[in-house]
Amino acid sequence: MIKRLLAGAAAIGAIGGLGFLYYAWYPPIEPVEPPDRGSFSAEQIERGRIVAAEGYCAECHTRTDNGGGPELAGDYKMDTPFGAIYSSNITPDPETGIGNWSEEAFQRAMHLGVSRKGVHLIPAFPFDHFTKMTDQDVSDLYAYLMTRPAVHMTRRPNELPFPLSLRLLQAGWKLLYFTPGVYKPDPRHDALWNRGAYLSEGNAHCGACHTPRDFMGAEKKSAPYDGAVVDNWIAPPLNEHNPTPTTWTEDELFQYLRFGVAPLHGPAGGPMSPVPHRFLSTVPEEDVHAIAHYFADVDHAAEREKHDKAALARAMEQSKIDLVGPTVDPDAKLYQGACAACHYNAAPSPVLGRPDLALNNALWLDEPTNLYQVILHGLTAEEGQTGVAMPSFYNALSDQDMARIAAYLRRTRTTLPPWTDLEKKAAAVRKTITTIPVNSSH
Amino acid sequence: MVKFKLNGRDVTVDVPDDTPLLWALRDDLDLTGTKFGCGVGQCGACTVLVGGRATRSCITPLSSLEGADVTTIEGLDPNGKHAVQEAWKDIQVPQCGYCQSGQIMQAVSLLKDYPDPTDEEIDGVMGGSLCRCMTYVRIRKAIKKAAAALRKEEASHG
Repeated sequence: MIKRLLAGAAAIGAIGGLGFLYYAWYPPIEPVEPPDRGSFSAEQIERGRIVAAEGYCAECHTRTDNGGGPELAGDYKMDTPFGAIYSSNITPDPETGIGNWSEEAFQRAMHLGVSRKGVHLIPAFPFDHFTKMTDQDVSDLYAYLMTRPAVHMTRRPNELPFPLSLRLLQAGWKLLYFTPGVYKPDPRHDALWNRGAYLSEGNAHCGACHTPRDFMGAEKKSAPYDGAVVDNWIAPPLNEHNPTPTTWTEDELFQYLRFGVAPLHGPAGGPMSPVPHRFLSTVPEEDVHAIAHYFADVDHAAEREKHDKAALARAMEQSKIDLVGPTVDPDAKLYQGACAACHYNAAPSPVLGRPDLALNNALWLDEPTNLYQVILHGLTAEEGQTGVAMPSFYNALSDQDMARIAAYLRRTRTTLPPWTDLEKKAAAVRKTITTIPVNSSH
Repeated sequence: MVKFKLNGRDVTVDVPDDTPLLWALRDDLDLTGTKFGCGVGQCGACTVLVGGRATRSCITPLSSLEGADVTTIEGLDPNGKHAVQEAWKDIQVPQCGYCQSGQIMQAVSLLKDYPDPTDEEIDGVMGGSLCRCMTYVRIRKAIKKAAAALRKEEASHG
């Protein structure tokens, strides 16, 4: 009896295994000669440029460490909880890039996350978003990539431990988490909303950073856009959980995504900065409007913005606390000396170029991570508001100083409970910075 | 190698990326009007304008200024007759003078944001610019005088 049960279980297991292999197996697609530039129209290449910009391809497919690398040639290091992985070369070099990929192979990679050779791609490549792109957009992207300069460059090997290094297991991940299929317009919404949703959920893959991931590295479908930690920064919530006192309205979102600074929220820093500056400032304005329109709905701006007037008035009162009249609080003095000349604001509204901290995400998030990151790094003239720079306080403020400023601002400029372990967290963020921005010992 | 605009002309400076702007200004570009005070962004003596905004040059890495537009005290006006400089002279603001180019640059930036500043606005913005000779009373007076002059200038340019 037991033997028969075991045999039965083995048979079911074998059938299941075969079924899985059938699910997991993709044939290689024959290599092709790199397509001729003339086989694509200039219009298609230009459409492809826009698709590439709206998907930020160059951001993760260009090496930034060790002095950087050629655009789109890959080898960008991504630190994942499972180990470091390195992006692939997507220039049309036949040996090390995708030069011998047919369009069919490229479509399959984007829509199903499978390489030309039939190998499952690691979901750090966000095919769970790209699957939503139309064949036409993918085709245009192919035209753009295939007409970039070919770069012969091999990426470093991934550092995933066994058995995660087995690509076949990626199929199991897909079975659990991946729903292939092109975006279907939602008939309850208008064309602008649907365009925004198509871009945001698909090509622009906003959720890849702004949606938290579970232990298997998949975006939590139960908490879309709830915010997450990415590259030692917090990608803030984009839904109604976003904590800033004034709403991310369609206009604020548009200003931020197009120009890198939202008047009532502040500048884009850290890993977000290239999104406006390198990419969305180069695409048709109506696409940026569409994304802004979509997220103004995701964060319920229409219901929340009625409180904005009061929130703004309160923030303007908070902005001047301890800065006018005599001040004896040593933490306030520290803030006054280091920060207030640029961050003080007076009613009725903050001046563009004076990011008001009482309104800024960084003070209202659950952790001081982004505040510390910006204090330590500063902002270059190319980040945030174009042409304006924030100094780097890396050598100017100790962890203790930063902790005092953080505690002081949280206490006086927000209505939220205090942050904890501030000095320890300051040291932890400082530790993540490998290139010290400024050095006065020259 | 960093390229930026300095007092209206294009400059290229070849120094390590992490060099502070103040070092480049004083040692490489021979503009010594901008002073070294505390070296940690706490006193305002090294203030210059980056993109029109007051910026502490002692802790601003030069590499962060690629393509930026930098103005120092030397570039405020070709003849040193910017309304703020004129007001400073009329009221005889400086005593030892060391912090004053930083004070003036901060004041120029203040008046762009608040053309008719209240005492509160002056305190809020100028509070990070220290003067150990305690010329604060004259600074406040000069700012108000410069503000009036600038508003008049603005009105006549219509």
